Amino acid sequence: MKQLLALSACVAACVAALGAAPSLANEALQKLSADSSQWVLPLGNYSSQRYSDLKQINTSTAKNLHPVWTFSTGVLRGHEGGPLVIGNMMYLSTPYPNTVFALDLNESGRIVWKYEPKQDPNVIPVMCCDTVNRGVSYGEGMIFLHQADTTLVALDAKTGKVAWSVKDGDSVGKGETGTSAPLVVKDKVLIGISGGEFGIQGRLTAYNIKDGSKAWVAYTSGTDDMIKFDPQKTTVLGKPVGANSSLATWKGDQWKNGGGGTWGWISYDPKLNLIYYGSGNPGTWNPTQRPGDNKWSMTIFARNPDTGEAKWVYQMTPHDQWDYDGVNEMILADLPVHGKPTHALVHFDRNGFAYVMDRASGKLLEAEKYDPAVNWATKIDMATGRPVLVDQYGPGAQGADHNTKGVCPAALGSKDEQPSAYSPKSHVFFVPTNHVCMDYEPFKVNYTAGQAFVGATLSMYPPPGENNLGNFIAYDANQGKILWSDPETFSVWSGALATAGDVVAYGTLDGYLKVVDQKTGKLIYKFKTPSGIIGNINTFTHDGKQYLAVLSGVGGWAGIGMAAGLTEDNAGLGAVGAYKQLSNYTQLGGVLTVFGLSD
Amino acid sequence: MSFDRIMQLILVGGCLMAGAASTAATSAPAADPERPYTVKDGKKVDIGTYKGYLYYGDLCMRCHGPDGLGSSYAPNLTDSLKTMSKQQMENTVINGRKEVNTANDRVMPAFGTNADAVENLDNIYSYLKARSDGVLGRGHPDHLDQ
Repeated sequence: MKQLLALSACVAACVAALGAAPSLANEALQKLSADSSQWVLPLGNYSSQRYSDLKQINTSTAKNLHPVWTFSTGVLRGHEGGPLVIGNMMYLSTPYPNTVFALDLNESGRIVWKYEPKQDPNVIPVMCCDTVNRGVSYGEGMIFLHQADTTLVALDAKTGKVAWSVKDGDSVGKGETGTSAPLVVKDKVLIGISGGEFGIQGRLTAYNIKDGSKAWVAYTSGTDDMIKFDPQKTTVLGKPVGANSSLATWKGDQWKNGGGGTWGWISYDPKLNLIYYGSGNPGTWNPTQRPGDNKWSMTIFARNPDTGEAKWVYQMTPHDQWDYDGVNEMILADLPVHGKPTHALVHFDRNGFAYVMDRASGKLLEAEKYDPAVNWATKIDMATGRPVLVDQYGPGAQGADHNTKGVCPAALGSKDEQPSAYSPKSHVFFVPTNHVCMDYEPFKVNYTAGQAFVGATLSMYPPPGENNLGNFIAYDANQGKILWSDPETFSVWSGALATAGDVVAYGTLDGYLKVVDQKTGKLIYKFKTPSGIIGNINTFTHDGKQYLAVLSGVGGWAGIGMAAGLTEDNAGLGAVGAYKQLSNYTQLGGVLTVFGLSD
Repeated sequence: MSFDRIMQLILVGGCLMAGAASTAATSAPAADPERPYTVKDGKKVDIGTYKGYLYYGDLCMRCHGPDGLGSSYAPNLTDSLKTMSKQQMENTVINGRKEVNTANDRVMPAFGTNADAVENLDNIYSYLKARSDGVLGRGHPDHLDQ
C-alpha cells in the first residue's frame, strides 16, 4: 500500500511537472525506440544518434555479412531516408510518386499493403534537387507520409487505410514542397518544408495526431508572432533576442520570400521538452540583392513542441553567400566537452564547422572545422558566435557579376542532409562528408511565384591537389578533432549507422555498402548494391538475428552535381585526373537490400 | 509574355548578334540563327552567350546539371541540341514538357511566365548550342569585353 501511494504520488508529480496531459504516442515511441530490435524513428532515437545496442554484427563477424533479401521499389529517382521496423513489419517510402510499402519480415518482404498517393505531376519540377523523400514516421498505430505536394497523410499501419490527410503548402503555385521525414512528438506530428530555391517563407508546422488539425506554425522569418519568439524569453547565446529580431535584418519585405526551408531532421529532448531543427538558405542565392543578416535563415532553433515557442536560437551563417543551409541533423549527446560533462547538441553544418552547443541554454561551446579544406571563414568568434570571414572567398564581398573562385566547401556543404552516427559508448561521431570546392557568381534575379529564385551560377571541383570528392570521418567533439578519415572517390551521401558491435556502416555514391571498424576506420566488409546509395543504413533484429537494411537508388543533389562529373580544374586548382563521372559507375533504380550473417 | 513579344525579343537578339559579329573574330557565322554564338579560344564568348551561361546556372542547372551535361534524371542538353531545333527548344522552355508514365516521371516546368527565362532564351540557346557544337568547353567562360 505504501508503495502504491508512493507510486501515485510520483505519477501526480510527473504529470504536474509536464504541465499537460501526457501523451501515449510519445511514451510509446520512447519505449519502442529503446528496444534495439526495432527501428521506429527516422534517425533511430529522439536524440538522432543513429546508434544501436545490437552487436551480433561486430568487428569479428561483419566480414561474414551477405545480402539475404532484396526488394525493388519500382521507382527510379533518388532514394534518400531509410526503412522503419516495427514488430514484424518494415515500412518505407519512395521518391515521387511517394509510394509507401508495408513489408512482412516473416516472409522476406512480402507486400502487406501499398499506398500510392495521387499527386499533380507539376510538383516534380518545383522540387529543387530531385524528387527525394526522406522516409515515413510512426506513432499511435499510424504511418505518416510527407508527400512531395506537402500533403501530410496518416495511414493505418496495419491496413494502409487513410486515417486523415491535410495539405500543408502550395506546391505548384509557390514552389513549397515536402521532402523531409515527419517526427511524432507527444500528441503532434511535426513537418518542415522545402523550397529555399523558390522564395518560400520557411516554417515548421505541428499537426494534432488525432485528426490532422493544425496545432501551430512557426516561421523562419517574419514578425515575432510569426516566428513565435518572445523578445525577452527567447535567447540567442544566453541573451534575450529583443523585438523584431527577424524583420530588422531584411531589406523591406524581402523576408516574405526569405527562404529558410526546414527540410532536414528534427530531434527531441523529452526531459527539456525541446525540439531542435535547422533552417536553410535565405532566398535568393545572390547575397548582394538581400542585405542584412537575413534572420533566421541558417539557424538552429530550440522550440517547445506543445506551443512552438522558441526557447533559444543561434544563426550559424549570417547573410549567407554560399548556400550553406543549416538543416543538417542535430545530435543530442551527453558527453565531455573540453573534459567537462555536457548535455550537448552537436551539429555538423553545411558550412564546414562542427558546432557544439549546450542544448538547454543554447550557449556555444565549440566550433571547429571538420574538413581542413574549409576556407570561407578562418574560425568562429566564440564571443559573438559569428564566423570570421575571408573576403576573397565571399561572393557577396566580391560583389554581383564577379566570379569568386576557389571557395571551400561548395554549396553542397562539407556535408549535406545525410545524417551522421554517434556512439555513446566511445563518444565518437561518424560523419559522411563532401570534399568539394566551387566558383560562385551571383547576379540579379526577379521573383516569380512558383519559379526558381536562385540568382547564382557555380562550378564545382575537388580541393586543390586532391582527387577524392568525399571522406567518411570519425570526429571527437571533446577536443574538436578528426580522429580518422577514410577517403572516398565520390561524396559520401548516405546516413551512417554505429553499433555496440564497434562497427560503423555507410553507403557510397558508386553503390557500396561498407562496414568499417569504429576505432580505425579499417574496412571489414563491402558489397556493391545495384545503384548508388544516398539512403540511410538502419539495423534491427528478426527472429533473434541482426540485419542491416539500406535503400540504393542514386539521385538527389549528388545525382545532379556528379552524374556528368565535376568541372575540371576550373580555377586552376584541381588535381589532374580528378574528373570523375558517376554515370560510369552506377545507374538509377530503387532497391532495398537487407544484409545478415550466415548461420 | 505573348508569343509575339517573344518573337520580337528573338528578332532583336538576332540583330544585336549580327551587329556584334561584324567587329569580333568569329568561329561561327553569327548570322546563322542556328549558330548564334561567338567563341574565341574555346573559352571567350560574346556577352549574350555569357549571359546564357549565367542564366543556365540560374534556371536550368538544378536539373540539367553542370555545363548542360545532364543529371541522373534530366537529359544532357549538349546531346539534345544536336537534333533539336531552336524553335523546338524555345517551345519546350516556354511551355514545359511532361513525360509521366510507368517508366518515367520527368516533368520540365513551363518558363513562359518567368521574365528572366524569356528575356534570356536566345542567350541560353547560344550558350547551349556552343556547348553542343563542341566549340565551348566546360566551366565558366570569359566574355570578350573582359
